[in-house]
Amino acid sequence: MSEVKKIATRDSYGDMLVELGKQHDDLVVLDADLAAATKTGKFKAAFPERFIDCGIAESNMMGVAAGLSVTGKVPFASTFAMFAAGRAYEQVRNTIGYPHLNVKIGATHAGISVGEDGATHQCNEDIALMRTIPGMTVINPCDDIEAKAAVKAAYEMEGPVYLRFGRLAVPVINDENYKFEIGKGVVMREGTDLTIVATGLCVCEALEAAKMLEADGISAQVINIHTIKPLDEDLIVEAAKKTGKIVTVEEHSVIGGLGSAVAECLAEKCPVRVHKIGVNDVFGHSGPAVALIKEFGLDAEGIYKNIKNM
Amino acid sequence: MDTLKLKQIANEVRKSIIEEVHSAKSGHPGGSLSVADMLTYLYFEEMNVEASKKDDPDRDRFVLSKGHVAPALYAVLAEKNFIPKEDLKTLRKIDSYLQGHPDRKHTPGVEMSAGSLGQGISTAVGMALSAKMDNKDFRVYTVLGDGEIEEGQVWEAAMFAGHKKLDNLVVIVDNNNLQIDGTIEEVCSPYPIDKKFEAFNFHVINIDAHDFEQIKSALDEARATKGMPTAIVMKSVKGKGVSFMENNVSWHGSAPNDEQYEIAMEELKKAGEALCQK
Repeated sequence: MSEVKKIATRDSYGDMLVELGKQHDDLVVLDADLAAATKTGKFKAAFPERFIDCGIAESNMMGVAAGLSVTGKVPFASTFAMFAAGRAYEQVRNTIGYPHLNVKIGATHAGISVGEDGATHQCNEDIALMRTIPGMTVINPCDDIEAKAAVKAAYEMEGPVYLRFGRLAVPVINDENYKFEIGKGVVMREGTDLTIVATGLCVCEALEAAKMLEADGISAQVINIHTIKPLDEDLIVEAAKKTGKIVTVEEHSVIGGLGSAVAECLAEKCPVRVHKIGVNDVFGHSGPAVALIKEFGLDAEGIYKNIKNM
Repeated sequence: MDTLKLKQIANEVRKSIIEEVHSAKSGHPGGSLSVADMLTYLYFEEMNVEASKKDDPDRDRFVLSKGHVAPALYAVLAEKNFIPKEDLKTLRKIDSYLQGHPDRKHTPGVEMSAGSLGQGISTAVGMALSAKMDNKDFRVYTVLGDGEIEEGQVWEAAMFAGHKKLDNLVVIVDNNNLQIDGTIEEVCSPYPIDKKFEAFNFHVINIDAHDFEQIKSALDEARATKGMPTAIVMKSVKGKGVSFMENNVSWHGSAPNDEQYEIAMEELKKAGEALCQK
């Protein structure tokens, strides 16, 4: 078997910004002194006149993006998830969300897979924060193909979008024929005994876990929810009806993220057991990203063992 | 437009402010009255904004960063025919589009939703930057409170505007010296305001907020200033024009009762009559 190609979705973000920049003169990119890390540096190199470095001032950056959007531009405001969703939460809420402006927020370095920088930079709360803002679209792509499609779709839709990207290179599991649609989940694998609903880098791990479960005679369906908001409720209810049990997996706190969104939906529309796998109300810490994912039980083996112990 | 006419419009704006907050039984009359003259000048003399061309991409932009003085903005927008004057009495009512703080989605003429302090200035900076990127000539104006500049984001925005040399941006600080918990010196002094903006690479002009000659001269000077944004620090009287509200912090965020309303309106009526006799 050939080696699986691995790409960090932050690279996909930078690459797609350049592609879109070639086609659309109104696209501008803002960053807060992290262009090398968020990969907006690629856009900066290609279109320096449309790249705006706001310095280490994320709150102001969100407001500047808002001002650019009401004067005809489509700004992508980029920084780490911690600062986009965390530090600048209220700016995003009041100055972008409330007026429902056409601002795209490109948040990289989400989750514990930030790795060695440790807890201050590992944002496990951004999905929870962003999905509470009325009218905000929240997308957490699982691989390079999906991330690029998500950036394009975000540009093409009107309204605020929060895009979540990772630092760690992750396997490319979709192919060039993949059709991405905001708000539509993807059945990655059919199954009958339970459904694993995963998002971001956990989708790949969930697929591997499903194979391990299969060897034990457990048929696990796997759904990729790239759009946390608006949530594909129909697909999730259908899966709940079909398999009776739902397991959610995310590189995010179990409070407020995908697991909560799925549980909220099913509690109202099809009450079945929902088992949440994620970061369990603790802060992360320094270490290699892959080791941290393993420690927090978000790798295939961790997901497999967790489900076996249900 | 001569100064007398501007004073007459500003007096009408003040009457509307009192009407609005009295009708709403809440709101911020003190700061609304302190910016009434500047907003009148901006909308009737300085900026190229007209209700008939409200979507003109080349229009000048105004952002009320101190969004709690929305009654002043709505009053001026009514004088400029962006909104019907009779709607002013619906301020803050449950079925009104005139929100407690400006809402761009539902209010004609409001360029930006604002009111969470410190945030409006950043959006004004973004608009000014956009004009520069597109080689457009429109100018951007924003009014901040002197208490508001205690917010750190104001200085992020100021640093960025100075760095980008946004000479199409005018930041106006309404220096009425009062914030909710007391005088700004007592609470958390931002003084010297002018020196701070100078340090952030602004051209700074100090004026009297209630002198139209000084307002005109400052905005003309701002227009002539190249290579840096301008900050106008205007020394104002909170509650200006209504004797019992002047320099009284208790009128920051409370509405007059019926009796106080009558007294305030009588004072403004007399002030208006005095202007007509000139």
